[in-house]
Amino acid sequence: MYDIIVVGGGHAGCEAAYAASKLKMKTLLVTANIKNIADMPCNPSIGGSAKGIVVREIDALGGIMGKIADKTHLQIKMLNAKKGPAVRSLRAQADKHLYPKKMLETLQNQEYLEIKEAMVENLVVEDKQAKGVILDNNETIKAKAVILTTGTYLKAQILVGDSKKASGPHGEKECQNLSTHLQELGFEIQRLKTGTPPRIDKNSVNLNVLQEEKGDQEYLTFSFDNPPQYDIAKQESCYLVYTNAQTHEIIKENLTKSSMYGGYVEGVGPRYCPSIEDKIVRFKDKERHQLFFEPETKENDEWYLQGFSTSMPIDIQEKMVHSLKGFEHAKINKYAYAIEYDAINPLQLKASLETKVINNLFTAGQINGTSGYEEAAAQGLMAGINAALKLQNKEPLILKRNEAYIGVLIDDLVTKGTKEPYRLLTSRAEYRLLLRGDNADLRLREYGYQVGLISDKQYQKLQTKKENIQKLINLLETSNLKLNEKNKEIFKENNLEIPSSSLKFSNLLKRPAITLKFLENFIDLDFEPEVKEQVEIAIKYEGYIKKMTKEVEKLINLESKQIPSDLDYDKVGNIATEAREKLKKVMPTTIAQATRISGVNPADIAVLSVYLKKEYGKHE
Amino acid sequence: MNDNICAISTALGVGAISIIRVSGPDSILIVNKIFKGKDLTKVKTHTIHYGFIYDEEEQIDEVLVSVMKAPKTYTKEDIVEINCHGGISSTNKVLELLLLNGCRLAEAGEFTKRAFLNGRIDLVQAEAVSDLIYANTDASRKLSLSQIKGNLSTIITNLRNNILDVLANIEVNIDYPEYEDIEEVTIEMLKEKINYINEELTKILATAHDGKIIKEGINVALIGKPNVGKSSLLNKLIAENKAIVTDIAGTTRDIVEGSALIKGIKFNFTDTAGIRKTADKVEKLGVLKSKDIIKDMDLVICVLNGSETLTSEDKEILDYVQNKQTITFINKNDQPLKIDLTGENIIYGNTLSEEGITALKNKLIELFNLENISSKDFTYVSNARQIALLKQAQNIIKTLEKEVDNNIPIDMLEIDLKNVFDILGQITGQTYEDELLDKLFKNFCLGK
Repeated sequence: MYDIIVVGGGHAGCEAAYAASKLKMKTLLVTANIKNIADMPCNPSIGGSAKGIVVREIDALGGIMGKIADKTHLQIKMLNAKKGPAVRSLRAQADKHLYPKKMLETLQNQEYLEIKEAMVENLVVEDKQAKGVILDNNETIKAKAVILTTGTYLKAQILVGDSKKASGPHGEKECQNLSTHLQELGFEIQRLKTGTPPRIDKNSVNLNVLQEEKGDQEYLTFSFDNPPQYDIAKQESCYLVYTNAQTHEIIKENLTKSSMYGGYVEGVGPRYCPSIEDKIVRFKDKERHQLFFEPETKENDEWYLQGFSTSMPIDIQEKMVHSLKGFEHAKINKYAYAIEYDAINPLQLKASLETKVINNLFTAGQINGTSGYEEAAAQGLMAGINAALKLQNKEPLILKRNEAYIGVLIDDLVTKGTKEPYRLLTSRAEYRLLLRGDNADLRLREYGYQVGLISDKQYQKLQTKKENIQKLINLLETSNLKLNEKNKEIFKENNLEIPSSSLKFSNLLKRPAITLKFLENFIDLDFEPEVKEQVEIAIKYEGYIKKMTKEVEKLINLESKQIPSDLDYDKVGNIATEAREKLKKVMPTTIAQATRISGVNPADIAVLSVYLKKEYGKHE
Repeated sequence: MNDNICAISTALGVGAISIIRVSGPDSILIVNKIFKGKDLTKVKTHTIHYGFIYDEEEQIDEVLVSVMKAPKTYTKEDIVEINCHGGISSTNKVLELLLLNGCRLAEAGEFTKRAFLNGRIDLVQAEAVSDLIYANTDASRKLSLSQIKGNLSTIITNLRNNILDVLANIEVNIDYPEYEDIEEVTIEMLKEKINYINEELTKILATAHDGKIIKEGINVALIGKPNVGKSSLLNKLIAENKAIVTDIAGTTRDIVEGSALIKGIKFNFTDTAGIRKTADKVEKLGVLKSKDIIKDMDLVICVLNGSETLTSEDKEILDYVQNKQTITFINKNDQPLKIDLTGENIIYGNTLSEEGITALKNKLIELFNLENISSKDFTYVSNARQIALLKQAQNIIKTLEKEVDNNIPIDMLEIDLKNVFDILGQITGQTYEDELLDKLFKNFCLGK
């Protein structure tokens, strides 16, 4: 008898199993193929806009994705470095072989965790409560809670041109029956689609005619705990490639041969990650599309052609690839394909990621309609934490939209649902100035500590950091710049306007061109770089942070307006029919959540608020 | 909506007819129960029927009944309107019968609220309906009508869409930073946009003044020493409009003397107590009050006695109003003139022969540009809530204008831009503001 069984060993499953076992839950991770633990069947990268911040959040809470990425990547850079601190995000070129290897090692060394190679085909459910899983050999394994992280494996089908065959990613065995059983249990199943581009032998491509993209020349890490573990000079480069008129011609001529345009696809694909044929059809006027040619691992020369995902038949794929500059003689090792799979409707989930349909059953990752390794890992971590909390009879950990991108992600899923594979974007976060990558530890470590994933030592480090931030702020607010000749000269040398009077360093720092580093010309600032970074942002952007905090107060006010979980929406008069249906389905827990449901208008919210005040006002 | 509401929707009193409006899914069924004439459940939509209202065997009133079926009605629900023969008692009796047969009395503004909740009108339009009910001049009625048709909403929605375009572009730059082909929003582009938004807001707000004039009229104070002829002048100004002179007692302008329509715009005239140096405590209070009143006026008419030389009191008064929009009327020019003032807004005349009165009226028309107000198409912003929100938006834009040169990252400036987008949405009701609706619907009178 296990406490928790995790079904699926992808990025969601790994975090879930790691968190659950770290919380001393007796955990079993069941995976169809142990070699595919933390597999990266699509792009060889971790992070990216918004996603990089999620990886930091996972690390702050006590997850492992960031730590393993730090140990294994081929290249790392800070995206949006020239933009504001709110939108900066790390992206690492991951090593497709090394990352899974390190992950497996970590999990295998994890106390309270066992890994089993098997295919789960059904659940054991009694009285609407999950009690375990049934394997394809009919063996039953019991547990107090089950977390499903099945990725793209449910009824998976691979499409290349007009060929369609049942298969998981890169020829792995798919899971045939689990989604049928889920449907029988009352889950709404939707069909989603995603795709992956061809893999090409690097040695067959003329890299000299491509534009080189190097990693950053500054040490960067996802994790708050470990120092950098790579050599800046030894980072591998990526390359920029463009499509051309010839490529577009080939695609247009053969459009109906693709699975998508030939009508072979049932699933809904992601708008933000279109196939190359989609791009050509939808953006007719664009003369070229940007692609990236990226290494996948140090262990071989198979490279990834990002932005070239397609479901064309293989002969057309050959023509398409060869039309690219530098790829005239390219050797395709693996052809591009589209994959369709079953997912559940995330509106059937609570914000804890426990399902509303079956108690003690949690789901995370692509089964919930998301896309991306980071989104999956984040959900896996939260499902792992919340399954453990549930078994400990504790309240679930639910992150708010003003606390974490993870909060935004999960709230979006359980409030708005999704019709296409959901990807996290910075624009989905209303309060992104507060949800920065640099302050993920300050935002979330406390939670990680309370839950039990963050150690006393890590926690102590956080406390020291907080104290030092305050110390530095105090120092800058209480000491003044001396306007002597020597100091004036320093301003002149830097082409900066000399202040008219001796002012506090904190006020000086607020000026557009002044940096904290520049202030060190006048005052000794013996603090760690991450402390300085926090202080610089806090002082420089104080006005904007205050504005955002005010907005958050509005949200918190709305979040505090609870909606009774047994509210009968049929009794609330004057709500539009569509809104009523949506509210019944989502069953929002607060007025704030209700405002975010699409199809629920301000007028409906007003009516609902009035009703609540009338019916439940006395209890407020 | 699952219940049926009714209310008397004309002003109560002894009028020629009064109308009772019924709205809701069973409105036709309910009226049919008390109506003798055609079977209303079988008539076509948007038709009128002659008949009688009966309370069991007793005939209550001879009526015309209009049947309008959803969705093409004011509330988007089935509506029946009963045209009764005036008289409070018979109308009330009909209303009572409706209440007995399954209707409930509509709350203040509830018909309009339903129109809004059922998505027939947006907030600007709902507010305009409220204004229409209170409209007391022809021009203000036209303004309300044009808002109901959605002119202001269209302008604001267009501006919002325009802002949304930039927001979207900035977001794409953030979320797809590695794509060099996507146009990057630069500070220069943003500046251009901010200027455009500022101009548009200024344009809309400029109409706010006109809108306010159309809706509320122009407030004018007459000021001068005692006995210079203020009251006579006032009487001449409102003389031909005696019929519409109203007593607006109870407002803050408790010494309003009367109103007059000039070019369809309502002028509210206030006669202030004479301003002069005095030791009398009571009169001193009156003087202070006069000075206070002038602050809120759109215009001051300063009346002088032309047959006397300027006194120090006159000079003090002229001094006092020099920062206000002022017309100086030099009265009593039928007597030898002892004042020699010239200037654009100085008119000579006398109230005895009415010389100078037409010139004064023409001056009012000129100063408030009334010829143009009446001929423009009506898209004015006219209520305090809309004006406040527009100003709030403009203030943010003005700070942005400064910040944009301060080396602040675009994704931060975007926070302000997004805020403007949300505020504009509040005007049309597209952005949710807690309890906004409750606040709004309190302003509606019963029945509509």
